This record gives sequence, structure tokens and C-alpha cells, in this order.
Amino acid sequence: VIGSGRPPSAALAALALCVLWVAQSWGGAAPGVDANGLIQDPALQGRFERITHELRCLVCQNESIADSNAELAGDLRRQVREMLVAGKSDDAIFQFMTDRYGEFVRFSPPLEGKTLLIWGAPFLMLLLGGVIVYRIVRQRSRMPLDDEPAAGTKEPV
Amino acid sequence: MWKFLLPFAAFVALAVLFALGLNPNRDIHALPSPLIGKPAPAFTLGGVLNPEAPVSNSAFKGQVYVVNVWGTWCVACREEQPALLAIAQQNVVPIIGIDWSIDHATKERDKAQQWLQQLGNPYTTVAFDQEGRTVIDLGVTAAPETFLVDRNGRVLYKFAAPLTLDVWQHEFLPRIADARKASS
Repeated sequence: VIGSGRPPSAALAALALCVLWVAQSWGGAAPGVDANGLIQDPALQGRFERITHELRCLVCQNESIADSNAELAGDLRRQVREMLVAGKSDDAIFQFMTDRYGEFVRFSPPLEGKTLLIWGAPFLMLLLGGVIVYRIVRQRSRMPLDDEPAAGTKEPV
Repeated sequence: MWKFLLPFAAFVALAVLFALGLNPNRDIHALPSPLIGKPAPAFTLGGVLNPEAPVSNSAFKGQVYVVNVWGTWCVACREEQPALLAIAQQNVVPIIGIDWSIDHATKERDKAQQWLQQLGNPYTTVAFDQEGRTVIDLGVTAAPETFLVDRNGRVLYKFAAPLTLDVWQHEFLPRIADARKASS
């Protein structure tokens, strides 16, 4: 939306630095998180990477919160990190996010009633294309070939 | 028969799809808020004007109220300010402001105090969300966003753009009237 409340881009770099700085100061404070904001347990850090790549940054809607420099994405990464360190399951974290931001926050929505069409569409398209190709091929196979020799004549082999 | 019907059906289907999709009144960035109909998240934050005095929405339980999320870094909020002031003058419902510190710095509070002094204060009370946690609980994606909460603490409506008097009159006032009728 034009004119919506995002910080002016000139200030973005400075803000990103601020966020980085703040993230680092949290990193020092939070248990199990090192100075670079990495979770010390590699298994947890792995889950952190996977989850943050799966969550959409709602400021810049086609980026994941892992890739986005938006302040909100930084805050959501902090949220995921804290929940992981607190022992929350992946499902609990996704639930937390969808409760607040809706299904749209997930890049791959769960397979359920209203998302059935999204997941099924490629197969439907394939089926539709298949039917069309089948009909065309069948129709053409019934047509006489242009160079088919007239009945009764035999071409030399 | 099929030869004519099928392309025609496809044309109609596409026309309907485009009519819905290309409707200029439809904001493609607008997202349905999962919060509608659900209890508004409770928050207790420090005040903008007085950091020592906590601001909590639980103090407004039993009333229909409005929550407005804004920040001094937000250009659209400045644009919204005159409308908010006019709305506050109508004195229909309490307006709780939440000042969003995107960089988590306390400087935002000083700027907010300045802002309210210079531009006027439309808020019944203003909270300072330094950590941005209440903003996440509210599912805010970009300031300004305005929520309408009913007497039972349920979110009735969310408007995710600068408020205007027009929007106030057509989207908020009827819902406020209904909410008062429903629970009185």
C-alpha cells in the first residue's frame, strides 16, 4: 500500500544496524543463544532456520522472515528463537503465528478443507490437459492420413 | 455443441475471475485478520506520557473501545492524525494508542511525547510498546492499524490503513452502535 507505515528507506540501513545491535544484546542475555543470535544447540538452530524460512514476512510479502530485513521480521525471528529455546514444538510456533497473522503467514499452507483446491490445482490441471490431449489424439487417429495410399493399391516396400 | 459451449464457459469463468480479481476497490495486500471475533489480546505496557503509569486494556473491559497502533516513524500515521483528532472530539469511544517502537529504542517514547504535544493528543491513554510484542499479539503488519473491541473484549473489526472520517462514519460508527445494542 502506498504511504502505509513503513519507515522511509533512507533510514532502513541505520535501522537494520540498530536491529542487529539490539539482536546481539538480546543474544547475550537470552539463555542458550550466543552473541550472534545463534542458538547454541545446533538441532534447535536447524529448526530455527527451517521455521523462519517457512514463515512469510508480512511487510514484504514475498520474503520469508529469515531473509527479510524488516523490523517486524526481526521481531518474529526473536519470537521463534525464544519459543524454541523455551522448548516449544514446531507446531506450537506455527500455531502462534497463524493465530495472529492467519494462514497467509505460512508459505506452504497445511492440507485441509479450504486449502484443498490450492494443493489439488496442479493435479487438476494435469488431468484436464491429459483429457484434452487424449481427445485430440483420438480424434486425429480416426482421420485418414494424407499420404495414405488409396484402397486396393500396394506400395512397393 | 461442446465446441461452442466449452470456450463460452471458459470465457465466463475467466470474466468472473477477472472481475473479482481486478476490482479496483479491492486491496490485494489486505489480509483477513484471524483476530476478528476472538478476544483481544490483553496488554499492560508503560505509558508514553508517564512511563511509570502502566496502560492496560483490561481497564476498558465492559466498554466498547478502539485501539490505534502508530509510530512517529510512520508517515501514514502523520497523515491519519487530523482524522483521529476529529474522531476523538466526537467522544464516542475511548481510544487507546499503542506507540510502536520498531527499533526497540526508548527514543521513540520521547519522539511520541513531542508528536502528541505538537500535533495534538487524540488518545484516551497511550501505551508504549518498546519490544513490539503487543504489536505481534495484535497481528499488526504495518502502522497505522485500528481495532474495534466490544464490551466483552472481543475484536469486532480491524482497519489496516490511515483512518479517515469517512471510514469512521461508515465502518466504525455502525459497528459501535450495534455493539452497544447487542450487549446492553
